[in-house]
Amino acid sequence: MNPIAEYAMVALLLTGGFFSLVGAIGLARLPDFYTRLHGPTKATTVGIGAIVIASMVFFGSRGEGLEISELLITVFLFITAPISANFLAKAAMHMGIVPFEETRGNTWDQ
Amino acid sequence: MMTFALQITIGMVIIAAILNVYRLIKGPDAPDRVLALDTLYINTIGLIVLLGISLGTRMYLEGALLIAVMGFIGTVALAKYLKRGSVIE
Repeated sequence: MNPIAEYAMVALLLTGGFFSLVGAIGLARLPDFYTRLHGPTKATTVGIGAIVIASMVFFGSRGEGLEISELLITVFLFITAPISANFLAKAAMHMGIVPFEETRGNTWDQ
Repeated sequence: MMTFALQITIGMVIIAAILNVYRLIKGPDAPDRVLALDTLYINTIGLIVLLGISLGTRMYLEGALLIAVMGFIGTVALAKYLKRGSVIE
C-alpha cells in the first residue's frame, strides 16, 4: 500500500473516530434536548463522513479503480442530517419541551 | 500502523454506540429517544464501513447505503408522528 495513502487513511480514521466519540459524549452528557441536538447532527456526521472517505482512500489505493458509492453515502449523510435535526427540533417545540434554565428567555436584550 | 488505527477507531465507534444506547434507554422525552436512534444508525454505518475495510471487501457498502436511506426515512416518519400524531395525513 502506498505510504501517502496509508498516512491519509490513518489520519481520516482517527479523525472520524474522535468526532463520532465527541458527538456521542455530547448526546449523553448535555443538559436538555435542544443542546443535545448539537452533538449528533454536527460532530457525528463529520466523523462518519471521515470514516467513509477513509474507506474510499483504502479501496482506491489498492488499484481496483475508484468507485463512488462511498461518496454517495457521505453526500447523503451530509444532506439528510440537517433535515432530520430540523424535523426533530420542530417536533420538540410542538410538544412543549422546556429548555434548560440558562438558555431560557431573551438573554440578548438586557 | 493501519491495523492499529483501525482497531482504535472500531473501539471509539463502539463506545459511541454504547453511549447512544444509554441515551436511548434513559432519555426523558420521546424526541431524545428518536435522536438517539438517529445517531445509532449513523454510528452503525460507520461500523459496517469499518468491517468492510478490515475484511478487505466492498460488499458491505450497499448495506451501509441502504441503512442511510431507510434510517433517514424512519427518523422523518417518527418526527412527523411526534409532531402531528400521524405519519401520513
